[in-house]
Amino acid sequence: MSAQNKWKYEATEVAHGKVSRREFLGLTGSGLFVFFWAGPGEFFQEPARLPGRPSYPEDFNAYLRIGAEGRVTCFVGKVELGQGAMTSLPMLLAEELDVALDSVDIVMGDTDLCPWDMGTFGSLSTRQFGPILRKAGAEARGVLLQMAAERLHVPVDRLKVNAGVVSDSSTGNRVTYAELTQGKRIERHIGKVELKPVSSFVVHGKSPVRRDALEKVTGKARYAGDVLLPGMLNARILRPPAHGAVLRQVDTSAAEKVEGVRIVREGDLIAVLHEHREVAERAKALIKAEYDNPKVAVDDRTIFDHLLKNAPQPQVVDERGSLTEGEKLSTAIVEETYVNSYVAHAPMETHSATATIENEKVTVWAGTQTPFPVKQQVAEALQVAPEKVRVIVPYVGGGFGGKSASRQAIEAARLAKLTGKPVQVVWDRSEEFFFDTFRPAAVVKIRSGVDALGKLTFWDFKVFCAGDREAKPFYDIPHQRTVSAGGWFGENPAGLHPFAIGPWRAPSVNTNTFARESHIDILAGKAGMDPVEFRLQNLSDKRMRAVLQTAARQFAWKPAQKQKGLGMGVSCAIYSGTYVATMAEVAVDERTGTVQVKRVVCVQDQGVTVNPDGSRQQMEGSIMMGLGYALTEEVRFRGREILERNFDSYEIPRFSWLPRIETVLVDNPEVPASGCGEPPIVNMGAVLANAIYDAVGARLLQLPMTPARVKAALQRS
Amino acid sequence: MRRTISFTLNGKPTRLAVDDERMLLWILRYDLGLTGTKYGCGEGLCGACTVVVDNETVRACSTPISEVAGKSVLTIEGLEHEGKLHAIQQAFLRHSAFQCGYCTSGMILSAYVLLQQTSRPTTAEIIRHMDDNLCRCGSHTRIVEAIQEAAGSKERG
Repeated sequence: MSAQNKWKYEATEVAHGKVSRREFLGLTGSGLFVFFWAGPGEFFQEPARLPGRPSYPEDFNAYLRIGAEGRVTCFVGKVELGQGAMTSLPMLLAEELDVALDSVDIVMGDTDLCPWDMGTFGSLSTRQFGPILRKAGAEARGVLLQMAAERLHVPVDRLKVNAGVVSDSSTGNRVTYAELTQGKRIERHIGKVELKPVSSFVVHGKSPVRRDALEKVTGKARYAGDVLLPGMLNARILRPPAHGAVLRQVDTSAAEKVEGVRIVREGDLIAVLHEHREVAERAKALIKAEYDNPKVAVDDRTIFDHLLKNAPQPQVVDERGSLTEGEKLSTAIVEETYVNSYVAHAPMETHSATATIENEKVTVWAGTQTPFPVKQQVAEALQVAPEKVRVIVPYVGGGFGGKSASRQAIEAARLAKLTGKPVQVVWDRSEEFFFDTFRPAAVVKIRSGVDALGKLTFWDFKVFCAGDREAKPFYDIPHQRTVSAGGWFGENPAGLHPFAIGPWRAPSVNTNTFARESHIDILAGKAGMDPVEFRLQNLSDKRMRAVLQTAARQFAWKPAQKQKGLGMGVSCAIYSGTYVATMAEVAVDERTGTVQVKRVVCVQDQGVTVNPDGSRQQMEGSIMMGLGYALTEEVRFRGREILERNFDSYEIPRFSWLPRIETVLVDNPEVPASGCGEPPIVNMGAVLANAIYDAVGARLLQLPMTPARVKAALQRS
Repeated sequence: MRRTISFTLNGKPTRLAVDDERMLLWILRYDLGLTGTKYGCGEGLCGACTVVVDNETVRACSTPISEVAGKSVLTIEGLEHEGKLHAIQQAFLRHSAFQCGYCTSGMILSAYVLLQQTSRPTTAEIIRHMDDNLCRCGSHTRIVEAIQEAAGSKERG
C-alpha cells in the first residue's frame, strides 16, 4: 500500500479465513491492482441458517413485569412487521392476567430484554406464541391471587380481580397487583394454571387502535435506518454482478481520491464509507472490479425443466388406497402440470441495520424477522461471545419471510468493528432484489379422475421444489398419493436454484394451492358441474364446507351466469390451522390479455379471533399482495444474474389494481386462535386462474398470469 | 459543489451549506434528522420518499437539494398543526390505513397534495393520484377510505 494513498485500510484479520493481512499487504504493495481470493464466495449466498434452538423460558417473569406504578410490561422476542403483533399480543396477556389493556406496554425484539424466540414467521405470533403468553399471564395471576389471599387473610376463592385490583367480595378489602409486587420480580411459582375459557373472554374480540398508529402517521416510527448515531458512517458495499461471481481484481484508486471516504476490506467484504451516503455511493461507482463469472445456462424460461431434472429424490408425504383402483373407477382422467416463477419479497423497507460497538458491547439495530438468530450470527462473524451482542429490532418495514435472512446486520456489525465507528447499512433496491431469498420456482404435476357421479376417484400429486406444506388434499378422495421433491427450506442439492431461496408468505402453500384448486376446477368441468357444487360434493370437512358456503352466500355465487369477458372463480385452502374460501370476479380484455380483478370475497375460520380488525387488515393485505404473484410478479434472471433491479420492471400491486374487497370472519370459539397473516394469500393464484377460465375459456397453468400468457392461453383454447 | 441553499422547511426558514448535488432525501434524513421521509427505491418509482415542494409532490430520493432553493418544503414532520394531527393523519389512524408504516409518510403527503388540488376527489381520482405510491402490505383499500373520509372532514387544513 503506497504511502500517498489517502484511504485507510482497516482490516486486521480476514474473518473468513483465506487471506491474512500480511498476505494482503504483500499482494497490494506492488501496485494499483488488488488481487485476492474472495474466500468463501458463497458465504452469504445461502439464506442464513438458524442455529441450534434454545427454548422458551418457563418462568413467567421472562414475559411480564409489573411496575411499582402498576403498569405491566410485556416482553416478547417477536417483532412488529406491520402484522399487528404489537397490538394483539398485549391483548392475550391482559386477558389472562386480568389487567386493563391500556395498562400493558410491550417491548419487542430486543435480545437483551426479551426472552428467546425463534423468529417472527409462519403466522405463529398468535398461534404458537399466544399460548405461551397466556400461560405466563395465567400463572402470574394465580400467584398474585395467592399473595393477595395472604395479605387480606382470606381464602383465594373469595377473591376476584378486575383491572389489576384484587378484592374480597365479602369485605370489600382490596389490594392492587402493584402493591403486592412493589416493582419486584415475582419469585413464587405455582406451575400449570388453567387458562380462561373462551366464554369468559373480555379483551378478545375487540379491535383497539393499533399501538403503532400514532407513530406511523406522524413519521415518528423508527426503523433500523432511522437510528442516527454521532459519527456514524454510511456504508456502500461492492457487490458482484451475479451470484457465484468471484472477484478477480479490483482497483480502488479512483475511489480513494474522493475526499473523506474510507475504504475497508475484509475478505469478501469491500465497503466504501462516508458520513454521506451519496458520497460513498459516488466513490463506490469509481471502483473498477473484475469478476470471474461462471456460466450457468439456466434462465427464467428454462428453469422448470432444470428443476424437474435436478430436484432431489421425491418423498411420499401421504398415501392411501390404490391409484390403480382409483383409475378404474374414473370416467374422466385429467393430467396437468402447473408452474410458478421465482417471486421476490420486495418489502418497502430494504434490509437495513445500524451497528455500534462501545466498551466491547456490539449493538445492532436491524430490520429483521429473527433477532435471536441474528445475534448468534453477529457473534460468530465478530468472534465475540453472544452475550456481547445485543440486537434491537425497531419497527420493520415489511418482511413477508424475506427478513428471516439478515446479512445486512452482519455487514453493519463487521464494518463497525473494522472502522471503529457506528455504521449504517441500508441496501438499495437492486441489492434488495439481488440478495432476496426468493420464493422458489416450482412445478406441480397432478393426475386425477372423477366418476360418473362427480366424485373424485383418485389423486396423484407431485410437487417439485415448493415444499410439502398443505400439499395433501383435504377433499374426500379414496385413492391418493402426495409426493414432494425439494422445498424452500434448504434441503436441496447445490445448483438446483441459481441463487438463494427461502420462505415467502405462506411458503409452499401458494404453489400447492394454485395447482390443487385449478385442477379441481378442471375436474368439475369434466364432471359437468359447477365448481362450488363440485367442491361441496367432495368435501366432508365441516369447517371447510362452512367457509365455502358462507363465501358463496356473501358473493352471491350463481352457477353459469355468462357475460362475455367477465368471470368468477373460487378457491379453498387450509393453512396454519386456518380455513379460507375465496371468490373473485374478473374482467379479461381478450385483445390485450389484461386482467382486472373487480371483486374479492374472502371468508376465513381462524378459530377464536383475538383482534377482528387486525385480522381483516391481514386478509385485505394478503388479497392485495396476492394479486402480484398471481398476475405480474416473477424474477427474471440469466444464469446467476438477477435482472430485476427496481419497481419499473418488477411490478407489484398498486392502487389501480384495487378490487372491491369483502372479508368475513367465521366465528369458531371452539378452536384456539390460529394464524391469520398468511392464509388468505394462498388462494389468489387459483381463484384468479379459475375466474379467467370462466371469463374467456382460457386455462392458465403458469403463474404469474401476465397479459402475454393470457393471450397465449386464449390461442390454445 | 458546496454552497449555501436557502429554503423553507415545514414553515421555518432554513439555510444549509451543503454539496448541492446531494439528494433532498438524505439531507432531510441525515443532516436534519427528519427520518419520517423514507428511502424505498432511489429512482422515484415507489413514493416512500414523497415530500411536498411548493404544493406539488416530489420524490426526495431523486431531487438534488439545489432544486429546492427558494422553495417551500413540507415533510411528514411538518403536517401536525399546533400539536394536532392533520385530518389526513387522523383518518389514516382511524382506518388503520397502514401496516408496516414504511410507505405511510409518502401516502399521507401525496393525499395532502390531492386534497389541496381537489377538495372532493372521486374514488377514481384518488386512485389515479395515488397510483405511483406503492404499498407492499396491501393497505390500499383502507388508504382510499381514509382519504375519502379526510376529504369529507371539516377540519381539513
